[in-house]
Formats: sequence, structure tokens, C-alpha cells
Amino acid sequence: MKNCEYQQIDARALGTPASSFQPCTEMKVPRLRRKWEVFPGKNRFYCDGRIILARQSGILPLTLGLIVVTSVLFFAFDCPFLVTHLTVCIPVIGGVLFLFVVISLLQTSLTDPGILPRALPDEAADIEKQIYTSGSSMYRPPPRTKEILINQQVVKLKYCFTCKMFRPPRTSHCSLCDNCVERFDHHCPWVGNCVGKRNYRFFYSFIVSLSFHTSFIFGCVVTHLTLRTYEVILLHQKESPARYPFHIICFFSIWSVLGLSGFHTYLVASNLTTNEDIKGSWSSKRGAEDSGNPYTYNSIFINCCATLCGPMPPSLIDRRGFLPPDDIPPVAAADLELSSFLAKNDTNMVGMPSSGHTS
Amino acid sequence: MPPPPQFPFHNLQELRHSASLATKVFIQRDYSEGTVCRFQTKFPSELDSRIERTLLEDTVKTLNTYYAEAEKMGGQSYMEGCLACATAYIIFLCMETHYEKVLKKISGYIQEQNEKIYAPRGLLLTDPIERGMRVMEVSVFEDRGSSGSSLSSSATSGGSAQR
Repeated sequence: MKNCEYQQIDARALGTPASSFQPCTEMKVPRLRRKWEVFPGKNRFYCDGRIILARQSGILPLTLGLIVVTSVLFFAFDCPFLVTHLTVCIPVIGGVLFLFVVISLLQTSLTDPGILPRALPDEAADIEKQIYTSGSSMYRPPPRTKEILINQQVVKLKYCFTCKMFRPPRTSHCSLCDNCVERFDHHCPWVGNCVGKRNYRFFYSFIVSLSFHTSFIFGCVVTHLTLRTYEVILLHQKESPARYPFHIICFFSIWSVLGLSGFHTYLVASNLTTNEDIKGSWSSKRGAEDSGNPYTYNSIFINCCATLCGPMPPSLIDRRGFLPPDDIPPVAAADLELSSFLAKNDTNMVGMPSSGHTS
Repeated sequence: MPPPPQFPFHNLQELRHSASLATKVFIQRDYSEGTVCRFQTKFPSELDSRIERTLLEDTVKTLNTYYAEAEKMGGQSYMEGCLACATAYIIFLCMETHYEKVLKKISGYIQEQNEKIYAPRGLLLTDPIERGMRVMEVSVFEDRGSSGSSLSSSATSGGSAQR
């Protein structure tokens, strides 16, 4: 017993960090790092992990620039005329739509789309063990797919070599962001981020509100030009310099944005993702009768509600969580605890907590 | 059948620091009902000697009901969704969503289960949210210090050596 107590004191003396005996300036406590600082995917983080962006921002600045410039020109040149000739509601409606568009765009770009954290080594090893013991042949590596039944429909889950796990259904790995994203729709360069489970509703409200906004601006511009031409003809007024280039941009962008909104409305109503639609995962291939979408609720209303108004899942990557302190090597820490545990065990058989043990 | 091994751990802190990790058992997700969060209730064979089957199955079933409640599409979630849409989703920055509230309840439940049921048996459940909701990790600990001093640890160390 005396030996153990001597060991206990020795271990404590060895294990105590020098900072308790020396001034703090010599051995500083290392700053606790947050998880976003060691995130393996290709993402950029701002505001200490609160904001997440894809590494390639794509043409997000161009998107923002086009929207802002077109709207500013509208407010500067068309609104004064239309307020005097029509109603003051026009800039108000335009302003509300503009705010809605910009907020939705920023939320789509700066939100975690549903990134799945990569498997930790223990979990990856366990999955590998299960793959190799499931009767695979010796000649070639086992197929890295797993078939499961979802609503009586066979779905293949693929193994992701980067994230070292079997991807859940509807999850896909984005090569631009190097992350597996849940309910992966597509990687949108205009928005500079993937569109997935968590930000699909923001993306949809962005394109729908943008359709309304561009249509509204285009309608106002046409009204303005018509009234102005009327005045020029009837009252022989000087024709104002045309701002046609930006209105032409507006005209062409309307059709593409409207088309995209219509396409995504169809996807929402049938509970599909762009990825599944493009790959034709659930279309009737070769007249197979059992290939229907297993995720649909078979009702347009419920599909829309589920996709757009469903519960908002939390971010799984825990950007602002702290990493465990890694200054004490785990082996040394275990030895310290073992010796104190041994001492504890010898002094009393029933493990009563010792006063100096808690870290 | 011998009673499950009792370890002299009175709190989780002691379990984490005073025992060595023998292995980890992973309970995978059950996708048979789609992408909703459910875990398989199939009992892993590695835990046969450590805990009664019904206890673990009950824990998993309770967690599954919690997750179903979090992801339930009902009046409350639609209200939340429509309100959020009307406020351009700014409300998500101010308010805690229903899902987050249920996740807090789940953390509390897992903590309680660990203290009452799993730590006395030398096991530790990890909250699935810390593993990206992919798996439920069950850490199996061995009492390193008392090898040979109690019947239970020699049985487990013998069992793990056979494997």
C-alpha cells in the first residue's frame, strides 16, 4: 500500500503540467481550436465558423452584381416616372421583392447545404470489416455497393471512398466541394454553393422571387417606355436616352429564370432532385414496372409541404464546436489514470471517487 | 446466466478515464422507411455478454420515436415553415427550431441512459448527432486495473481474447 501511495504521488508530480509551478508566460495553455479550422472539405469559413461558403465562389459576385445593378437602375430611372404617372406602390413592391431576392440568395450561399461529416477511423474500419467478411471473392475487390429496400423498392447505396462510408439514400458527393451532401440537388455556380437538403427551400424561394422580381421590373420598364413613347408622340417631348442594354439582360434572364422556376416546381411537386431527374433514377427504364420514386408521397400538396415546409434539420458538421485538447498524448494520459486507479483500488475495494482525481 | 458485469464506476468521467477502450460497436441506420432518421433495432452480437438485449432495444426504440417526433410533418412544422418563408427565413437566425429542441431532449435522454444503465456495465453510448446521424456508437470499456481481481473482467477479457 505504501508503494502504491508513493507511485500515486510520483505519477502526479510527473503528470502535472509545468504551468502550475512556473509563470504562465513560459508554458501557455494552447488555444482550443474549433472544428471548422480542421474541416477536410473544400469550404471557406467566416465569422469564426458561422458562415460557410464553397471554396469556389463561382459567379456569385456576378449574380449579386446583376441583381443589384438592374434593381438600382430600375429605382433610379423608372420609379420616379411611374410614381408620378401611376402609383407609389411600385417602388414599394419592387423594394420588397428586391429584399426577398437578396436575402434568399445570401441564405442559399451561406448555409450548410447538408454536408455529412466524414467517417471517423473506427467507423471506417468497422465498415471495411463488414464488407470484407460478407463473402466476397478473392480475385477482385468486393463491390462497394449495398442494396436496401425502401418502401419495397430496391435502392443501391454506394460507398464513398473520400468520406469512407456508405452514402445514405439521396446523398451524393460533390467533387467541387469535396463533401457528401444529403438530398444533393446540384452544385449551383450562380449561387456559389451546393443545393441540398438544408438550403433547397432557400434556393427555391430565391428563384421564384427572382422570377417575380424580373417580371415585375420588365413589366414596369415596358409600361414606362410605352407611356414615354406616348408622351413623345403626343406632346413632342424629347426622347430620353434608352437604357436598353440592361433591359435586354432583364428580358433574356426572365425566360431562363422562369424556366428554372418551372422545372424546380415540377421537381418539388414530385419530390425529386435534379440529380435523380438527370440520371433518370426513377423514370421507367426499359418498361420496368417497379421503378417508381420511393420517396414520393403520391400527392402534389404533401410533396410540396414536405420539401418546402418540412422541419429544418440541423447542421451535422458542428462548425463551432471545440476540438478536444490534444496537448497531452493519450497514452501518457491513460497511464496517469491507470496508476491513480490502481492506487484507488488498493486503498478501498469499492471505488469511491478520490478527491484529487477529477480533471 | 451470470448477471452482467458490474464495474466500480460511479460517474461517466471515471469510466472515460479509468478504463481502457476495448472496442466500438456501431448500430447502423435503418433506411427501410426512406430517409427519416431511424436506427436498426437488431441487437449486435458483440454486446451479448455485456448487456441484456431488451435494454438496448428499448433505448434504440425510444430514440427512434424521438427522431420521428423531430421529423414529423404536422401542423406545427408547417406553421414553422410558412412563418419562416414569410419572414424570408430570417426567423431561423432568432428562433430554435422544433428539431433542435427535440435534439436537446435526446441528448438528455442519452446522458441519463448512460448514467443509469450503460456506465455500470462498462459501456458508453455516443449521441448520434456527434457522428453525423450515421451511426450510434457503443464504446465497450474494459477495466484495465482490476484484471484478475474480479470474475467479471476476466470473463470479458477472456471473451475478447477468443475473438
